[in-house]
Amino acid sequence: MNTILILHASGANRDGEAARALELAGGQAEIVHINQLRADERRLGDYAGLLLPGGFSYGDALGAGARLALDLQVYFHDQLHAFVDSGRPVFGICNGFQTLVKAGVLPGAPARLPNAAPGDSSAPAPGSRMAEMAARRVTLTANAAGHFECRWVHLAVNRSATVAWLSGLDELIFCPVAHGEGNFQVAGDDVLSDLDARRLVAFRYVDAAGAAAQERYPLNPNGSAGDIAGICNDAGNVLGLMPHPEDHVAAVQNPLPHKGGQLGLPLFQAFAAAARG
Amino acid sequence: MLAYPTPIRIEVRTAHAAGRNAHQEIVRGAAALGLPPLHECRVVRLYFLQEHPGVDALERLCTYLLADPVLEAASWGPAAVEAAAVEAAAGELPAAVVQVIEVAFRPGVTDIAARELARGMVEIGLPACEVATGTRYELVGDLSAGDLRRLARGLLCNGTVQHFSLGPIAVHFGQNAVAADHVESVPLAGLTDAELLALSKRRLLSLDLAEMQTIQRFYAEAGRDPTDVELETLAQTWSEHCVHKTFKAQIDFTWLAAGGDVRRQETVDGLIYQYLAAATEQLRPAWLRSAFVDNAGIIAFDDHFDLAFKVETHNHPSALEPFGGANTGVGGVVRDIIGVSARPIANTNVLCFGQQDWPYDRLPEGVLHPQRIAAGVVAGVGDYGNKLGLPTVNGAVLYDAGYLGNPLVFCGCAGLLPIGKHPRAAQVGDLVVALGGRTGRDGIHGATFSSAELTHETAELTGSAVQIGDPITEKGLIEVIELARDRGLYTAITDCGAGGFSSAVGEMGEELGVEVELANAPLKYPGLAPWEIWISEAQERMVLAVPPAALAELQGLAERWDVELSVLGSFSGDGILHVCFHGRTVAELPMHFLHNGLPRRRMQAVYQDPPAAPAAAASSVDPAPMLLAMLAWPSLASKEAIVRRYDHEVRGGSIVRPFSGRHMDGPTDAAVLKPLGTWEHRRAFVLSAGINPLLGHADPYAMAVSAVDEAVRNAVAVGADPDQLAILDNFCWGNPTYPDRLGSLVRACQGCYDAALAYRTPFISGKDSLFNEFNGSPIPGTLLISAIGIVPDLERCVTSDFKAAGSRIYLVGETRAELGGSLLHHLQGAQGGAAPALPPDPLVRYRALHAAIAGELVQAVHDLSEGGLAVALAEMCIGGRLGAQVALDPLLAGPDSALHADEALFAESNGRLLVEVAADDASAFEAALAGVWFARIGSVQQVNRLAFTASGEAVLELSIDELVAAWKGKSR
Repeated sequence: MNTILILHASGANRDGEAARALELAGGQAEIVHINQLRADERRLGDYAGLLLPGGFSYGDALGAGARLALDLQVYFHDQLHAFVDSGRPVFGICNGFQTLVKAGVLPGAPARLPNAAPGDSSAPAPGSRMAEMAARRVTLTANAAGHFECRWVHLAVNRSATVAWLSGLDELIFCPVAHGEGNFQVAGDDVLSDLDARRLVAFRYVDAAGAAAQERYPLNPNGSAGDIAGICNDAGNVLGLMPHPEDHVAAVQNPLPHKGGQLGLPLFQAFAAAARG
Repeated sequence: MLAYPTPIRIEVRTAHAAGRNAHQEIVRGAAALGLPPLHECRVVRLYFLQEHPGVDALERLCTYLLADPVLEAASWGPAAVEAAAVEAAAGELPAAVVQVIEVAFRPGVTDIAARELARGMVEIGLPACEVATGTRYELVGDLSAGDLRRLARGLLCNGTVQHFSLGPIAVHFGQNAVAADHVESVPLAGLTDAELLALSKRRLLSLDLAEMQTIQRFYAEAGRDPTDVELETLAQTWSEHCVHKTFKAQIDFTWLAAGGDVRRQETVDGLIYQYLAAATEQLRPAWLRSAFVDNAGIIAFDDHFDLAFKVETHNHPSALEPFGGANTGVGGVVRDIIGVSARPIANTNVLCFGQQDWPYDRLPEGVLHPQRIAAGVVAGVGDYGNKLGLPTVNGAVLYDAGYLGNPLVFCGCAGLLPIGKHPRAAQVGDLVVALGGRTGRDGIHGATFSSAELTHETAELTGSAVQIGDPITEKGLIEVIELARDRGLYTAITDCGAGGFSSAVGEMGEELGVEVELANAPLKYPGLAPWEIWISEAQERMVLAVPPAALAELQGLAERWDVELSVLGSFSGDGILHVCFHGRTVAELPMHFLHNGLPRRRMQAVYQDPPAAPAAAASSVDPAPMLLAMLAWPSLASKEAIVRRYDHEVRGGSIVRPFSGRHMDGPTDAAVLKPLGTWEHRRAFVLSAGINPLLGHADPYAMAVSAVDEAVRNAVAVGADPDQLAILDNFCWGNPTYPDRLGSLVRACQGCYDAALAYRTPFISGKDSLFNEFNGSPIPGTLLISAIGIVPDLERCVTSDFKAAGSRIYLVGETRAELGGSLLHHLQGAQGGAAPALPPDPLVRYRALHAAIAGELVQAVHDLSEGGLAVALAEMCIGGRLGAQVALDPLLAGPDSALHADEALFAESNGRLLVEVAADDASAFEAALAGVWFARIGSVQQVNRLAFTASGEAVLELSIDELVAAWKGKSR
């Protein structure tokens, strides 16, 4: 089955346009509510790819993506890791990216612990299987400006990142950010160089000519360390970014007077192709 | 097991500098309050658990849910159980180094973080318990306890929904909900007129004497007294908010000349019937689907879908609790759209605030500072719209001293619905089903409170009328109801807005009668009396009529989407509103009396022309500094600092958005949107607005025609078809029981009627918010006209920024010496002069321009509004970062041959647009405009200069850099 599952948890809101982007890109998409997975009406393993869309899952009331990250780790730990380990592509956009980071899936932590139902006394302590959430060294936090902001940005695609399907893309993507907590931060100075060394930085904020934003606002719209807009995992099949390439899949969406080029669509074409295998 | 001290208090601190700007805003806010310097402010998040889950569990909770392991650290200890005395708390802290203000919600206020914490605890295997949240501010500065209280009240804590402490705060936990059983009988028999009015006032019924007498007579005939549930039901259903008594009243209108002579006397047979709906009835274009029937108007979009549009106001709640008021204002108008079975797809908002630099020492008692109101409202609008995933694409922000005690918050929403998929006929036996949020004491008397004037005591008396919204619950409603609509699971639907269940159920059951069991309504907390459950305006609730056979399927959808569903009763067929509580009748009212018993009001209105005053001597204007002052004038200057806090891209359909140009910072005239799910064709739709309170001060009739013209010309400017535009009216006015307030309202309605016919734009929906007064002073009567219409081809949209040097600049539409109510006069402190009139044959020029746009003959179009030609040209230069050379001579030789150069620059005549045309297209463009007054006035140039000349003499010359600096101000 070639269908890509778009996961809808309460508060997801860019699932519809992500589905459209995938369809325009020649992919097939199905929006599935997380309760359908929990009720076993749908199984993650039956899908060729997973997309976590933008939005405000559970209102982001305890930090962006934090509650959905907990859902993933508590209810879908084994399914999700089996899916990731199978090499099938996983793509998180905005809230989906925040969720993958907070769940410890991006860039990925060493600890892998078995799944268990809450209250099951034979299983490891309920908290311990979430150790990878606590072991993470990167996060997405409040924008440096202290509030939500919506504006178009230029992204440089790192075509030599671990994600093979980025290698064929053009160098620049132009698309909007729309978030309050997109500020990529790390636990120590070594983390940025480690991400670089492992080729895990997938997207950076740049100017219109592709030169580094150098943490200058508004080119870097949120204060992210190293101008990092998106990262990936070591295996090269899990990718996340804060901006919204799904909102620039046709030239008519471009706000500049001279429209054309730098679409987000090729990213979805590459993702859909990766899902087809 | 050890007994731990409870409740538990958890503090989460960030170690990271990211987000410091938010803290700096508090430091700046303290300075604005005139407090001693605050050197630093640290914000600490607080969580409270009623039970101690054990140390391991607490550790897990903090690690996995509450504190970000990269940036934050959590600690815990026992929480205060009583409010700490200030002195004791201060003693524990390093004196004068760190001072503390802690803030928490009052009981019953929506706290989404607490709800998600409770759910998350269960998810990680902790025992369920009651939880609460708060915020701790650690302040470094030399503030006295009095200063701290001022800081808390002035900036950090809104007493309407929060409380604070200058030390560890004691929080309130919710409990399981059981309603109180109390039903009162309210004696009416024998009450004098004065006693009836006193009763109306005491119970916040907002009913006048005639209405109270009608109720008294009804119960005298019935031989009993009303229950409190019945009386409250009547007050809600008969409220200004729900039935628009003023707009339906018979009005004796007198129009006086400035000298006092009677110009005209007439009886207006209802403003809505005689002017607004009347215009619609005369026009009735084929594409109009529904006007004034539901809570939103509907027009045709394409072969499959219609478009719904509604604009609401939420003024009084926003005055008291700006975040919550604006938040629930958005939530409310979105439910109006859900209530016509449409999927909400875009939001608009127009905000009117007091001047942001208003001195604190001149702030009236009981009024929040305009800066605080603006910050809260903007945050509230953004929070709700962004979380619903709706692009906020069009609007305005206006500042005027008249809005100091009574800000205006207009919230609009557009939606998409399949043609013919909005069922409107509940059947006998159908179930009354409530979907969405739980019912609490929040929002009680919202409908009647909006029918009273604000005073400095309003916050005290009606705090329960204001709430904080829960957009994620509303998002679930949108999803479930869209699916239920497509599967045909309901026969009627309405939103639970003003008046709560009493209005929603009462309206739906108007024809059939209905039986309701209030005990079936899920509550947020205990202690609600039946009348409170019945009229609570708790947010995020919809009421559906559901055939019993469809209930199970609807229940399944609701469960999947985490939306709560309850069956409140059924439609009976006996024409009676029958409300029970645990089986006991608490209200039994004939629907006929409820909906038709309200006596029609007869009201007095007087409008007197303002005294004739000589127009300001035009020669006193120095054009260049005046243009810069206009660009920097807060209502006209760039709103980027506000608008970027709203998502204007979500759903991927924004074709023309709030910004345009090379730097994406130039203004646009209107929004063009492409609904998701309709990309197989190139048709799109426009949302635009017209509003000008300055003009209202001078002439409410001129304000109305100008607002309609502005909404229409803005829509046409971006590529909309002028023959497929519908409009909405939103009147915000003072207390209409004063003849002068009502007189200006009558004039504005007359302007609406004349303009709607002149532009052939039917009104499809409207809303009035009256009683906008603070301590006896009315706001400036303010009319917002919002337009929705068809853009035939999204590939042929136009923005206002100049595109290329060498293009020609045309002015379409005559300029007259119309400076009455203009920005120029406002900035000069001048009065009098002619206000902008209806232009001759306005539709002819708009049709011609639309044809030119459709023929791809134009590069840029911009409408002329406040500040006239000079401001419009400056904005086109700013958007394109290009210069222009313009000669005023064609205007001076135009239809108004007595025109002076300053009038040519700054007059605000209606029906005018600037157009950039490539040299190659000039002759085709001129041919397309045949029969319309237009003039080639200059050209776009690759220079850093905007220059105007008259008779070859320089009139005004400014660099583009100066224009940008003035317009963008500190948001640059």
